[in-house]
Amino acid sequence: MKNEMSRIVRTVTTLIYGFIIVYGFYVIAHGHLTPGGGFQGGAIAASAFALLVVTYGDQGVKDFLKKDILSLVESTGLVLFIAFAFFGLGVTFFYNFMANSGGLFGNSAIIGINPGDLNTGGTIPIMNIAVGLEVLAALGVIILTMSAGSKNTKKKENS
Amino acid sequence: MKKSIFAIALVFFVAFMIVAAFGMRLFGEPIISEMDDYYIQNAQAETGANNVVTTIVFDYRGFDTLGEATVLFTAVLGITALFREAAK
Repeated sequence: MKNEMSRIVRTVTTLIYGFIIVYGFYVIAHGHLTPGGGFQGGAIAASAFALLVVTYGDQGVKDFLKKDILSLVESTGLVLFIAFAFFGLGVTFFYNFMANSGGLFGNSAIIGINPGDLNTGGTIPIMNIAVGLEVLAALGVIILTMSAGSKNTKKKENS
Repeated sequence: MKKSIFAIALVFFVAFMIVAAFGMRLFGEPIISEMDDYYIQNAQAETGANNVVTTIVFDYRGFDTLGEATVLFTAVLGITALFREAAK
């Protein structure tokens, strides 16, 4: 209880954190069409986690942010990224084997300036999602671990 | 003595910087631009993605992104090891 911030900050955080996470996933999903990508979108989504930790304290977000699950998501993202790099090994490592193939994310892009089609890009959207999951989970783990660590340091300093 | 040597070195350094600044090329006009032109002309057709920066980061230079992801993973490992007592 004592780690929480005031009622105003808690109310605004409760209203806004979902929108921040959704915006982060939007930046990740549209990485091959608009500025941004996996790293940027993951950092935006992780900033919502940081907001929650700052507002409610690391005891208050215990049920919402679990370090084990975030760690699992991080490893999954990295494995997905490396796996899709290896799938292109028929030509080279990191070969974009899904581009212009007609399947998933396989439409050809219109050459020139155009609004873009979400179903293009080959492996690039998948790698964006993988890196985005990795970054948001990694930054979440860093935030949670360091908030727990800072509390421990304060306890040692006071004793 | 030491100060005069430092002053002479400073004068040489500043003169070198000024001469180098006048010899610089204009922004956006590199000497070798074959690679840039290739990316700009072929990235959309080859990868199908509209964002050329993302095609370079995730397709043409995927190794670099793999290294970046590994750096982040190593950072998490280091922080978890550093705060292992507190995180219990």
